[in-house]
Amino acid sequence: MTAEQVVFVLAAVVTLGSALGMVTTRSVFVGALWMIAVFGGVAALFILLGAGFLGIVQILVYIGAIAVLILFAIMLTPRVMGDPNAPRYNRQWPLVAVMASALASLLVALVLRTDWPLAQEGAPTITGFAVELGKGFMTTYILPFEVASVLLLVALIGAIVIAREE
Amino acid sequence: MVPYVAIAVLFVLSTGVAVMIMMVGSLFGPRRPTPRKLMPYESGMVPVGRAMQRMPIRFYLIATLFIIFDIEVIFLFPWALVYRQLGVFGLLEMFTFLALLVAGFVYVWRKGALEWE
Repeated sequence: MTAEQVVFVLAAVVTLGSALGMVTTRSVFVGALWMIAVFGGVAALFILLGAGFLGIVQILVYIGAIAVLILFAIMLTPRVMGDPNAPRYNRQWPLVAVMASALASLLVALVLRTDWPLAQEGAPTITGFAVELGKGFMTTYILPFEVASVLLLVALIGAIVIAREE
Repeated sequence: MVPYVAIAVLFVLSTGVAVMIMMVGSLFGPRRPTPRKLMPYESGMVPVGRAMQRMPIRFYLIATLFIIFDIEVIFLFPWALVYRQLGVFGLLEMFTFLALLVAGFVYVWRKGALEWE
């Protein structure tokens, strides 16, 4: 195995193992901590695919901000911190099993039908991707770029208006 | 992949050193527990209340605002790689982008959302 294959197997094991830990734990809080490990594994997979920028985004936004937000949301909710004796299943498990199997077979079918072409010469490299993105923001995609700023502003004001009662 | 080898080495070293320190402590350290030693550490005070209590909603609001500014930083990152090539035009574009968000920041500040009373 090459070094990249070793790293891929490690990242895949961390991602899948943490995902299993996340859905099998009884505590929502512990599940959220497992989810952080899943995000880390996915970031490593992004970097392996040559999408280093997406890997950084994954760490900065998903681990750094969204996971923290989810943890705070769990910690401010009463009773959700987890009852260690709670049953692992409820009445809806057959329905969920059907839905999950349907989604899984759809994904497997998609993976099998895709022919996974290898990257051609001249595909964006690790550093090239973010550079191309920066150039795109400043030239071709300047309008979406500035609109994104307006969107962030709206989200900021919306969060304040909803969260602060006056 | 080469630029990431340094990050991987750092990750392995820092995890390894942390695990090693904890293992050395638990393997070779003397262990004479008393009820007082086993109390949760709250800066030397006797612990108050339960650990799993509800957090104030203020934390959630601050985390929401943090996400928005975090995404703003993500937009700065690719720009920082090319701003020398783009010159004044790129600088003005980024100023426009940031001016809108600074307006939002001023709004948040004036609304008192960053106060902690």
